[in-house]
Amino acid sequence: MSTSKPLSLCEWSCQIYDYPANRQKRQLSWEEVSDHPLKPLVVTVIESRVTRRTLGGSTTSSTGSSTPTPTLESLAAALEGTDPLTHFARQEMDPLSKMAADMWEPVPTDQRKSKDALLDDVIEPWATRKSAILNKFTTSEKLSIVTSFLSGGEKVVVKAQSSVVDKVKNRLEQLDDFEEGSVRQMMDLTQQEYMHRIEQLNQELVQAWNHDQRVKALKIAIQCSKLLVDTSVIQFYPSKFVLITDILDIFGKLVYDRLRTKAEYYIPGSKTPTSLPESFTPDMVPESAKETCRNWFYKIASIRELVPRLYVEMAILKSYSFLTSSEFSQALLRLTRMIRGIGDPLVAVYAHCYLCRVGMAVTTGDREYIKENFYDFVASYNQLFSPSVRAELNRQKVDLSTYLTLYTPALDWILQGVAANAPEKLLVEILTRCKEKCNNSALLLNTIMAAFKPSYIAARALQFIEMVSACDEEGFPQYLLFRTLGLCLALADPPAEHRLQILNDVWRVVSRLTDAGHYVSCAEVWIQFAVRHFSSREVNTFLGDIIRHMTPERAYEHHYPQLQAVVNKVLTHTRDFESLFTMDKFLPLLDLFQKESIKVEVCKSIMDAFTHNNVQQEPTNDPVIINALMFICRVMHDSVNALTVDDEKRQIGNLISGFVKKVDYGRDFEQQLSFYVEARSAFPNLDSVHAQLVQSVNRLSVETRRIVKGHHTRKTAAFVRACAAYCYITIPSITSVQTRLELYLLSGEVALLNQCLGQVDACLKAALSLVPGLPRTIEVDGKQRSSEPYLISYLCHFLSTLLVVPDSPEQGVLYLTRGLLNVLQQYAWEPTSNARCVVYLHVLDMLSAAAQETYLYHIEKVDSNDILYGSDPKFISEINKMCSVLLEEILSHLKYLNTNEQFQKQASLAMDLFARVVIRGDLKEPSMTTLAINLWNLAHRHGHIDPKLSCVEKARTLEYLKKKSMQPGGNLYADLVKKLHMQTS
Amino acid sequence: MAINLDIRVKKANKVYHEGEKITGVILVHSGSDVKHDGISLTMEGTVNLQLSAKNVGIFEAFYNSVKPIQLVSCTLDVASPGKIPAGKTEIPFEFPLTPRPNRTLYETYHGVFVNIQYLLRCEMKRNFLAKDLLKVAEFIVEYKASSYEKAVPHPVNFSITPESLHNVKDKGRIPRFLVTGHLDSTMCCVTKPFTGELIVEHCEVPIKSVELQLVRVETCGCAEGYARDATEIQNIQIGEGNVPCGMAIPIYMIFPRLFTCPTLSTSNFKVEFEVNIVVIFQDDHLITENFPVVLTRY
Repeated sequence: MSTSKPLSLCEWSCQIYDYPANRQKRQLSWEEVSDHPLKPLVVTVIESRVTRRTLGGSTTSSTGSSTPTPTLESLAAALEGTDPLTHFARQEMDPLSKMAADMWEPVPTDQRKSKDALLDDVIEPWATRKSAILNKFTTSEKLSIVTSFLSGGEKVVVKAQSSVVDKVKNRLEQLDDFEEGSVRQMMDLTQQEYMHRIEQLNQELVQAWNHDQRVKALKIAIQCSKLLVDTSVIQFYPSKFVLITDILDIFGKLVYDRLRTKAEYYIPGSKTPTSLPESFTPDMVPESAKETCRNWFYKIASIRELVPRLYVEMAILKSYSFLTSSEFSQALLRLTRMIRGIGDPLVAVYAHCYLCRVGMAVTTGDREYIKENFYDFVASYNQLFSPSVRAELNRQKVDLSTYLTLYTPALDWILQGVAANAPEKLLVEILTRCKEKCNNSALLLNTIMAAFKPSYIAARALQFIEMVSACDEEGFPQYLLFRTLGLCLALADPPAEHRLQILNDVWRVVSRLTDAGHYVSCAEVWIQFAVRHFSSREVNTFLGDIIRHMTPERAYEHHYPQLQAVVNKVLTHTRDFESLFTMDKFLPLLDLFQKESIKVEVCKSIMDAFTHNNVQQEPTNDPVIINALMFICRVMHDSVNALTVDDEKRQIGNLISGFVKKVDYGRDFEQQLSFYVEARSAFPNLDSVHAQLVQSVNRLSVETRRIVKGHHTRKTAAFVRACAAYCYITIPSITSVQTRLELYLLSGEVALLNQCLGQVDACLKAALSLVPGLPRTIEVDGKQRSSEPYLISYLCHFLSTLLVVPDSPEQGVLYLTRGLLNVLQQYAWEPTSNARCVVYLHVLDMLSAAAQETYLYHIEKVDSNDILYGSDPKFISEINKMCSVLLEEILSHLKYLNTNEQFQKQASLAMDLFARVVIRGDLKEPSMTTLAINLWNLAHRHGHIDPKLSCVEKARTLEYLKKKSMQPGGNLYADLVKKLHMQTS
Repeated sequence: MAINLDIRVKKANKVYHEGEKITGVILVHSGSDVKHDGISLTMEGTVNLQLSAKNVGIFEAFYNSVKPIQLVSCTLDVASPGKIPAGKTEIPFEFPLTPRPNRTLYETYHGVFVNIQYLLRCEMKRNFLAKDLLKVAEFIVEYKASSYEKAVPHPVNFSITPESLHNVKDKGRIPRFLVTGHLDSTMCCVTKPFTGELIVEHCEVPIKSVELQLVRVETCGCAEGYARDATEIQNIQIGEGNVPCGMAIPIYMIFPRLFTCPTLSTSNFKVEFEVNIVVIFQDDHLITENFPVVLTRY
């Protein structure tokens, strides 16, 4: 066989098929299977692993020879043992039935535990409150710390605690003694510095503990709790409490864990000691551990000062479980009483709070002590208004209402513990107690409303309103009470007959509030009540009231978040947008948002509510809604500028597109189109909106055709032409070339469907002229990819449309296809890529389809070229000429590849071309047969097709050709096969 | 090459009663073989009486009584001269805890002028080139349940007013106040907390602190003369800041171990205890109410 056989140039001639004759159903033979094709193999892998593990105890991931294939093994390993499908197969039950089974089977835990879990659900965990407290109670005042464990700061001389100077240093006094002369006071710390210092103390404590310096750790804990006595920067106290109790919690945990792990516990029947199991009983604890534990408590009992002693004992309260299981309730009650000794009511209430918190962690069920704690506070309530407290507040320049709000976190926590799952009568009991002891204290009312079940509160809403209104002006701010009540009523509905009175009573007071901030924080909560229970008329009045209060002195500027919340609440509870926009106060409310970014936010949430919350709702054609939404969308749209980030643009674009999709005038197509025209002029800056508009107009156009069933009247024909024109002039304003390409093609197709041939030509030509402008890379899934594959697939789509587009009488034969070829010729392809030839191959396909007597598909009422030319020989020869040129191009590319030694590409291209020649070409022409044979040789010459694959491919190709030769008139193929056989053997 | 000598008694809390056997092990831990000239173990219990500086003049007269009183003393040769192999060696021992004739075993007490201490002293004699090794361990003696009196509740009510105060120079400067309350008992078991309640009924000036002061009263001497000293053991704050009026504040104090013992009265010395309730006003003036208490073991 000669190595350098030149590929002779040859003329192409298309084969003409008899479609109807060939149109018989072909079907692959079916085969019944009994198993999932993936399943058995993978399962063997798993099983082999499992057995290995149980036998050898080895957990290595390497598998033995039992593994069927290495690829599967690696696959299984990547999926961590099981692929999801097998995983389900291996479970005895599918998740759903399992869930159902779990529901029916009682969970095998003891009653107490489940009840406990229930309580935990009711009580909001401390962790969530913690951050809220830290965020709320901050200060810009300077703070100070006295400690001996941090460097820096000035030295403070500490006088000896005991007047007796003994040569024996009393161990008892050690705890209170600072290391001599090392006590430092750090003054003028900012809040951040202070928090940082406390964090340092925390680390110091853990470090000391880890270095077995337990006394030092205890001392740090004591010093930390001493800081809680100091109320010098009172508005920071709650945050300080949070920070310091965190340290104490850590300390308590360290003590407890060490006692537990150090306790040498002998499991019955075992000789080697282990640490105690998680759940142990005191009689399991060995004597030595009990002794250590007692030592801790003795040590702490000798701390001189009350507050540190209480806090440290509370911190390690859990360790009582080593000594006795019953002491908790006693200890809790004792500690509760001891807290009474704290004179400062704020320090006391936080100590109560910490006790309740610790208590909840150690006891189950018994919550009597929490009530006791609460009543203790109630009993000492008058202390809050004692002259000494007032004097201190004056000194710190803190007003009484601010001071009282410092109590809320602690009180809320305590009362929450009382109220969790409490019966209704407890509420009554506590209310009466508060009434008699503290004369309707606003502070307590607030806490009560926050703690008890909203349904209890809602049932007594009127009573509460009465009490709240009766609260004196001084002290706890009244608006907060109304706010809390509003929050309760948002969660539980009061009796229907009271609702109007409730709103009226509350609003009579609230609307008299002069401070805009106070007012809006009530309004923010109560709007929900109004929206849920009343008609739009009342809501409208409500909104009007808000506007009236927020307008003076541009108060709204400071309360955007609250106003935003108002809008959101109105939106979430309104199902009916019509009523929303018929309210004459809603849009004026939006006008309050004068800051651009906020306003856009609000508009977005409105549109979001409109498009998402009302998915099931009918599309709208209400002019009021459309106008209002148009306005809102325009606000959003106008916020887009050159600096807007892509994501923002995308969001806004989606929202506006959603709106465009929702508007539907039904059969009034003219109106619909004019809406689209209006939308286009309103939103000129957003690509996605334009794309949506073009899509919508195309849809409208197709819809029109559907209604007239393809028979356009003069009027409808004019309308669809208008639609096509709309598309044609809208598309250029889109920036993305890709989108434009798509839309031009789509619009062209729609125009073709509507028999607007001129528009088809225009659209397709526009698309073609765009092709050179397509960027080399496009973004796919956030990554930059070459645009070549996209372009190829787009052009294929384009070609399939071209087949049915009739030639314009003014232009030459197949001028659009020629135009396409010109574009391809000029397009700057990657020099070594096959892409251009691949497209050429597809053009060959299309051209040979165009040469048939009747085409495979048609557009209804559109005469394609097959009818126009009626297989005129001139037309056919024109096609053949074009094919020949393409063939030449491809062959020259093959040569080019040869010179560049791109053999693999060459081989595959040659093979593809071979297939075209054999299938599309007319093999009666001897030149075609020769060409086929040459291509066949070329494809296999360099052996660059994967040998295995090439064998299969070869065999399949030959097989196919043989089959062809069996068919009538297939002797040509038989010849070819014979020749090919000769070549290969 | 350190040799570690340690004494471990069997009971974790190291508490023993008269007539019991003290058992335990001597632990020798060494990196190499240890040659020694014998290991001995001594158990001794003594009462140490000390002179207070201000009383030294009076005491010189009857110097005798200051000599330590031996309550128990006993020596064992645990090992005869020889060699202990490298590593950990445990040598068990056992002592009966019985007093010397004519002596009684008092409870362990660590005070200022009176100290009652029980020690185990282990000594390893070595040749003249190496130092002898010594290890001392304390153990604690408590009274047996049966032999001593039990605490009988003896409640006391108190009420402190300006009128009830003694030792006041200027009656006119005292603010008006009334502090009432009760102690559950002035006769207490040392293992139980000291309890009671205190109510500040009213008070003209703000209070700074309310404290409980536990005081030991130690008396040394004999028939010819004695010295009596009161010193503070601990001070426990029960009210911090301006405590609320009319609220019952609990009085609660745990007696510290070792530093307290059942009230003791012998011919040579006495150990007694008192509790002071101290109310300190904002201006640092303070009022004190004194309660002698009797402590018992059970």
